[in-house]
Order: sequence, then C-alpha cells, then structure tokens
Amino acid sequence: MITKNSPKEHRIILKYADDPNYSNRLGCYLREGGYEMLRKALKMKPEEIGEEVLKSGVRGRGGAGFPAGMKWKFLDRKSGKPIYLICNADESEPGTFKDRQIMHKDPHQLIEGMMIAAYAIQAKQAFIYIRAEFFEGARILERAIAEAKEKGFCGEKILGSDYSCDLVVHRGAGAYICGEETGLIESLEGKRPNPRIKPPFFPAVLGLYQCPTIVNNVETLCNVKHVLEMGGDEFAKIGKPNNTGTRIWCVSGQVKKPGYYEFECGALTLGEMIFDVCGGLLPGRSLKAVIPGGSSAKILRADERFVGKHKDGTDFDWGIEDIPLDFDGPMAAGSMSGSGGIIVMDDTVDIVEAMANVNAFYAHESCGQCTPCREGCLWMKKITKRMCDGDAREEDPDMLLSIANQIEGRTICAFGEAAAWPTQSFIAKFRDEFVKKAKPSKRSKNSLQLI
Amino acid sequence: MISKGKTDQVTINLDGNDVEVPAGMNLVDAVALHGKEIPHYCYHPQLSVAGNCRMCLIEMGTPMRDRGTGEAIVEEDGSPKIGWVPKPVIGCGTNVSPGMHVKTESDLVTDCREGIMEFLLVNHPLDCPICDQAGECRLQEFATDYGRGYSRYKERKNVKPKRTRLGPRVTLDDERCILCSRCIRFSQEVAKDDVLGFVDRGSFSTLTCFPGKELANNYSLNTVDICPVGALTSTDFRFKMRVWFLKETMSICAESSAGCNTLVSSREGVIHRITPRRNDAVNDSWMTDSGRALYKRIDSDDRLKFPLVDQEKSSLEDALAASISLLKDKRVGIVGSCKSTVEEQYLLNRLAKETKAKKYLRGHFGEDDGILLSADRTPNLRGALITGLASSYPKENLNLLGQALKKGQLDTLIVVGEDLMDAKVDAELLSDIQIIYLGTHENATSTLAQVVIPTLTPFEKSGSFVNRSFFLQGFKQAVPGLAGLLPDISILVRLINELNGEAELSSDLSAVWKMMARSSTSPLKGLSFSDFKKDGIELDGSKWDELPFVEQKALHYEPTAELTTD
Repeated sequence: MITKNSPKEHRIILKYADDPNYSNRLGCYLREGGYEMLRKALKMKPEEIGEEVLKSGVRGRGGAGFPAGMKWKFLDRKSGKPIYLICNADESEPGTFKDRQIMHKDPHQLIEGMMIAAYAIQAKQAFIYIRAEFFEGARILERAIAEAKEKGFCGEKILGSDYSCDLVVHRGAGAYICGEETGLIESLEGKRPNPRIKPPFFPAVLGLYQCPTIVNNVETLCNVKHVLEMGGDEFAKIGKPNNTGTRIWCVSGQVKKPGYYEFECGALTLGEMIFDVCGGLLPGRSLKAVIPGGSSAKILRADERFVGKHKDGTDFDWGIEDIPLDFDGPMAAGSMSGSGGIIVMDDTVDIVEAMANVNAFYAHESCGQCTPCREGCLWMKKITKRMCDGDAREEDPDMLLSIANQIEGRTICAFGEAAAWPTQSFIAKFRDEFVKKAKPSKRSKNSLQLI
Repeated sequence: MISKGKTDQVTINLDGNDVEVPAGMNLVDAVALHGKEIPHYCYHPQLSVAGNCRMCLIEMGTPMRDRGTGEAIVEEDGSPKIGWVPKPVIGCGTNVSPGMHVKTESDLVTDCREGIMEFLLVNHPLDCPICDQAGECRLQEFATDYGRGYSRYKERKNVKPKRTRLGPRVTLDDERCILCSRCIRFSQEVAKDDVLGFVDRGSFSTLTCFPGKELANNYSLNTVDICPVGALTSTDFRFKMRVWFLKETMSICAESSAGCNTLVSSREGVIHRITPRRNDAVNDSWMTDSGRALYKRIDSDDRLKFPLVDQEKSSLEDALAASISLLKDKRVGIVGSCKSTVEEQYLLNRLAKETKAKKYLRGHFGEDDGILLSADRTPNLRGALITGLASSYPKENLNLLGQALKKGQLDTLIVVGEDLMDAKVDAELLSDIQIIYLGTHENATSTLAQVVIPTLTPFEKSGSFVNRSFFLQGFKQAVPGLAGLLPDISILVRLINELNGEAELSSDLSAVWKMMARSSTSPLKGLSFSDFKKDGIELDGSKWDELPFVEQKALHYEPTAELTTD
C-alpha cells in the first residue's frame, strides 16, 4: 500500500540535528534563539509553566506515555523536602536511538528544557542519568553544561533570578533496568538498581533520597521548551487529540533507509513509514512482522487484521500498514508505541531466533530482585536457545507461553511485562513457526522407555 | 506479652467475611490473626518490606470514591462498590485500611503461588536429603501446598558456589539461596553491620560479603535463623542433626540482663543448638551468637561433677552434713549470685535469715552493644533486688566482704558461683574461714572450699529470671542434670530444713512460688510459675528507678536512671 505523496517530516526536537551548519556548542544554540524560553520561564510563576505543560497534553516519550503535566501534579510539595528532577537518558530499550541524537546534536536544547522543568517544579537539584555506553554523549553534555553554567543558564542564580539549580551528569554502569525510574533512582543513590515497590515508593513522593522526584525522558524534557515557546494550547494542536506534539521514530531492521524520523503524531501510518519514508524493504523481500515500540512491545504480524473500536465509538479495521503512528494507534492494534523503536522484520527472519535474541536480552538484563522475572526470563531464554540449537520440542510453545503468563503482572516493576509480552505475542502470532521447529519424534509414542 | 494500649480496630473483608483487625497492620500479619496464611519468604515482621519473593500475591480492592465529590460509590444493593486492583498485589506491601477487600483463596491467587513456587524451584538444587534446613524449610512447606509434584524444567540448572565461608560461624550455599534479602536487611537494620549484598544479575545473582568484609558480628547466626531456605547454615550445626529429631524447650538466655527468649534444641539429653524465640517486647526474633554457645559449658572439663568434702570426692549426703556443721551456730556470710534464678535467690535469702548471715553480691559488667548484649552480664540482677537478696546495687568487687574478713567477723562463707579472688578478695583472708561452695564450674574459690556442692546450669533446671526491663520470664529444664546432682533449690531447701526443723519447706517449684507470692510488698505478689511459662510478665520495678543500672539504651530497653540525671 504505497502512497504516492510521501509524508513530510515535522521536526521540532530534531530541527537542527542534521544541519551541517549547526554544532552542539552553545554559540550555535544561542544564534538560533537558545535559552530565550528559559529567560521567559523565569519571569513566569512556576505553576503557570506546569499549567501550560498540562494543557499541551504532552505525553511521556520514555515508553509509558503518561501525561507529563499530570506527573508533575502528583509531586508532593508539602513535605518540605527538597525536590529533584532527573532526566532519564538511559535509553536502553532495544530498537531505540532517539535520545542519543538529541544529546549528541543538540544538548543545549535538553539543558534548557530541563532548567525550565526544574524551575516549574522548583527542583533543588537536577540530574541527567545517562547510560554507560553513551560516553560520547556524557562528554558532550558535560561540556554543554559547563558552557551553560558559565553563561548563567544553570547553577547559582540562573540568569540573575533568585532561582538556583545545579545540573550534573551521572553515568550508569550498563544495565537496562536503570531505565526504570525507581531502579534509576536507586542507581543514582549509588546502590544496585533494584526497582522499588510501589506503593509506597512513588517517585513523586518518595523518590531520590526519599524526597519528591520527577523523572522525565530526554525527549519529553525537550518538549517542555517547545510547549513554552508555542503555549500549551498551540502545542496541543500539533498531532491529534491525546496524541499531541511530534514523535521521533527509530526505524531499524530490514528496510532500505533505517534511521530516526520525527513526525507529527498520527501524521503517517506504519505502512507509510516503512514503504515511503524508509524506502521500503530490501529487494525481493516481503514484510513478515513489525515490533512497533521497542523490543518489549508486542509483535505485529504482517498479514493480520486489527479490528476494534476507538474510544469515540468508531470502528476500525486495519492492516499492518494502516496503523497510525502515534500513542493510541499501536495501542489499538494490541501493542504499544513504547519508546518509538520500530523494528521491521522481513521474510528472511527466523521468528524463533528473533525470540531467542529478545529472550537472551531480557534474561541478561533482569535485575534478579523478584522471583518471576529472575527465574522466568532465564528459563525462557534457555528454552529458545535450545530450540535454536536443534533440540526443539513440541511442548515448547505452550511451555513458553505458560512461563510468560506466570511473569506478567506479578513483578515489582514493568520489566515483567516487558519480558513477557514479546513471548506471549510471538507465540500467539507465530505459533506455527515454533511448532515447526520441533523435530518429529522418530520413536513411537508406544515404545518402551529407554534405559 | 504485655499489650501496650489497645490499638484501633478496622473492619476488612477477608475472603467474603468481615473481620476486625488492628488498623494499619501489615496484611500478612492481619490475615494470620484470623487463622489464614499468606505464604511468604522475604517478608519478616521485624524487617523492612522488600516485596521481592512475590509469594504473598493476593487480590485486593478498596471502596471506590467519586473523584469529584469524594463520596463513596455504592452498588445497587447499597453496599460499597469495590475497586479491585487489576493486578495481584503483594500482601506484605499492603497495610489494612477500613473497608478493604482481600481475596487469599481465589483461583488467581492460587495460580500466582503455584507460579512463584515453580520459579523458585527451577534453579533450586534437590538437596533436601542432605540439607540442614529440611524439616523447617519454608520452600519445602509451600512446595507441599503449591508445588506441582513434578518438574516441567528440562534445562540445566544454574551452578553456584556450594560452601562459601561468610564469616566464622556462617556458611553459605548459594545454589539454595532464593535471594529474599532477609539476611541483607537484617545486617543493615538490626545488626547495623552492613556487610552482605548481591553480585551479578538475574538468576545468576549471588549473595556475598562485600570485598574485605566478613559476616563476623555477634548477631551473624540470626541470618541463619531467618533464612527461609537452607542457604545460610550455622557452621557449628551444619550436618550435625536432623531437626525433626530435636526436642525444643522454651528457655531464657542467661548471657546478660537482656533476657533473650530462646528455644533449646536437644536430643536424648544432649543440646545441639539454641535459637531465638520471638518476643516482640524483649528480643524480637533475635539473640547473640555468644548466647548460643553457652550450652557448650555444660560438659566442659572444669564442670563440677560430684560433691567434695575437703577436696575429696564424697556423697551429696556427706557434703550436706558437712555444710550443716559448718553453718550451725557460726558467724555466716553468704555470697549470692545475680546468675541464680529468682527462686534460688529467694531461698538463699531465706537461708541467710536462718543463719543470720551477712549478704554479699557482686555484679558482672561488660560493654553494652546497644542491642541484646547488655552491660549487665548476669541474667537476674533485678531478681536479687526483688527477692531482697540484694539491698543495694552490686559493685563489680566484693570489697565489703574483704573488710569483714579482715576484721575477723566471719567463720563460714557460703559462695554461690562466684570466684572471690576474681572479685578482688585477698586469698590470704580466706585461709582462716570455712567455705561452702555451690556452683557449676570449678574456680579458684572452689579449690579452696571445705565443701563443694555442684549445682545445675540453667539448661538442666527450671526457674525464672527478671530481665533489664523487669520482665519476669520463666524457663524450663531442657536436658537432665548430671547423675547424682540435685537442682539448686533442692539443695537450698535441704540446708534450710536441716538448720530449722520447723521450716519444712518443699523444693517443688510451685511450692516455692507460693511462698514468694505471699509477701504483700513484693512485685511477685499473687503470681505463680505457670503464669509466665510462655510469655513474660512485666513487673513493677519503679521502686528501684534510682539505682545506677549499667545498661544502656538498647532494643526494647530505655534506661530509667538516665532520665533522672538529665
């Protein structure tokens, strides 16, 4: 279903990202009007900024898609304890590489967004928690922060106002679970990143050092700057209701032009993304499956139909190409847009091997704190590994499904779902391939037990 | 146990029935009050909530309220509408609130428990036949309830270290560990010695000591007790005895005035281990490592095994007769002991009256660890105050006795357990007097004594101690005493009866208590031994508030003297 007019990118966050005349230095950022929004913000009341963000409807870009303005509202401001802002730059979801682009190419945009957000929530201290593997990103951010500090954009008495907030970069040590906000907080405190139980440890009340804390994704915080620039109401006009703003989609897998693409929410469909924007599949290949939101999102099979009702009561009947790329589209199709990592698989992909890859990842990254995830992930990995090693058994698909069902919804953090959903959806949609892997037994069922 | 004021009760709906539970109580404990069990591994009532084993998953809902008005939403029949949490929640992470609905027996809950059980077992070695925990293992118990009976696991199990030395007394089998983190939390929160942690990830997570540290604190063996599986084992008890052969006797630790409640485990008259017994007002669920080793003194080389007269082996009858002749019409001094039981101290005081004896008492003091090893290293100093054996707070020496000896005021000295030379009494002063020594072990004084009558250790007799918080706590005989020996109270009663033909005392414990409880001024008034067999009784110790008690602020203990000096 190739459309003739390829949809145009609408770049807000990545506006200057690929401009050859643009660098990640402060001078360049100021030339393009940088830090003017921070100047504007400091003249506003903090709660006014929060209102604008709430009005904008901007949803978290980290994966869960929770409205950022709402998150800020949950903040416990009465405790008298210091408030902390943390930028989640752990970007560890397989298939996602958008935050890296922002930090590498436009770090000051993130710093400005963060300082506006920090002022809005009256944070005492702000952190950027960046994954260990982004050493270049950490270096760039540290240099950018130093530049910004020198000009008074962060640190003591920002731009001559009474508001002070320091910003530091904290590097992780290489663990997926540090992207989970309470795991991140534990890690930032210098501990093993075991996610905390909720209740009672909701970050907005008992976060970093048991103080109220807001954790936002890199892209979300950048959006704060643009919300302020446009005004919440104007921002809300971008995209669709409940799916406002733009999203950066990271397309990987077997397409001709993988990469990051920023579009208005709902401005294009998955089909347009794959076949137009990314130049289609490799020659002679056909589409087999797509994971629309990072490896933990449920897989979509190329030839299935997605039928259901929208919230407003209207019916939809989509093929995989028709799924609109926003927050609600992939959700309606039974998956999620997650962190925006679209993984495309063509007919050369062995689905069991793909499953084995995903399972190996989750088994390696499970923190090991709670039982279902710790034991279930490794068990699933061992089974899929064995299946790929030529020892698949007939009962394996049911076994995998049963294990995944025993994990889902029973863990401390969302890692349980992240690890269970792939298995559940892979088996549900490609059971035939799993069954095929099992060698037909040469011995008759009635034969005697071997000694 | 003493209830500290009535807590507010709230009504919750437990599996369809409305029940009353204390407000804010942890759901796992609240449900237990009504005879239902929420299985759990990581939860421990005296440690912080970790919520990691997921065995206690239950279904929970609370009455729904209108978001705008805050009013309760009701069903058509007028009952409150319950908003059930869509996912199962952990019981240990839930505190009861009014109107809460809980399902502990639904299909989903059972499915959760079975799932968790299976997960816990997939990498757990089948060590039960050789595992010390077998018989008191939570994993075994809940596997019986929620296990599959066969394994669906066809893959290879993880391999981990089988015998790691965590410290001088604790050995770890990592394969058995279910990573509940109880030991880590105990070390941090109770022992205040943060040395344990997990390394590696996921199913390969391994419990270990931090580099350069070891689990060597005096509470390390509590980690073995709270380990729900056989991962942490006592190096001393390891592979010694199957626990189902052990007879458990409720006892009280005699190490210090903390008065830890204990269980003495013995088989055929031999003690194999001592473990703490839960008492939320005294020792929670803990005790010291040093207190667990006390039983080893029972058959040490210096144990007095038979009576001596003039340092020659004799019969008990001869020793008693020799004692009477040394006491009759003599100027007697009695050195009592804060290590004796309340009953013994009472009888010793009675003996002092019969012989018009001067009484002496010494204290044994050490460093207070602020937890369960108090500065007063005797179990029953307060018992001596209550029974009248001591009229003032004992000093660490017996200088007063030394002065009396110097002035030649005494002919005969009864010494209970103490070593006079150790208490700074000049040995030369003892050469002119006769000594009757009652004690369990040989010391410098017993070797000088004219009569030595061996007595029993607390493990071999019944009695009671009064701890630092004036808790009167009873203990039972765990193992038989050495052949031919009598309990201390029988010896004292025999001496009193011989000296006073009209006394006619009985050496039965309850008879002694009848006498003790008769005094209208004593805090023991009206009590009998059976009143505090299980849990202690808090006595009124306000009479002695002004005494310079040496104990410092510790677990369940607030010093009183300090309050007045501030």
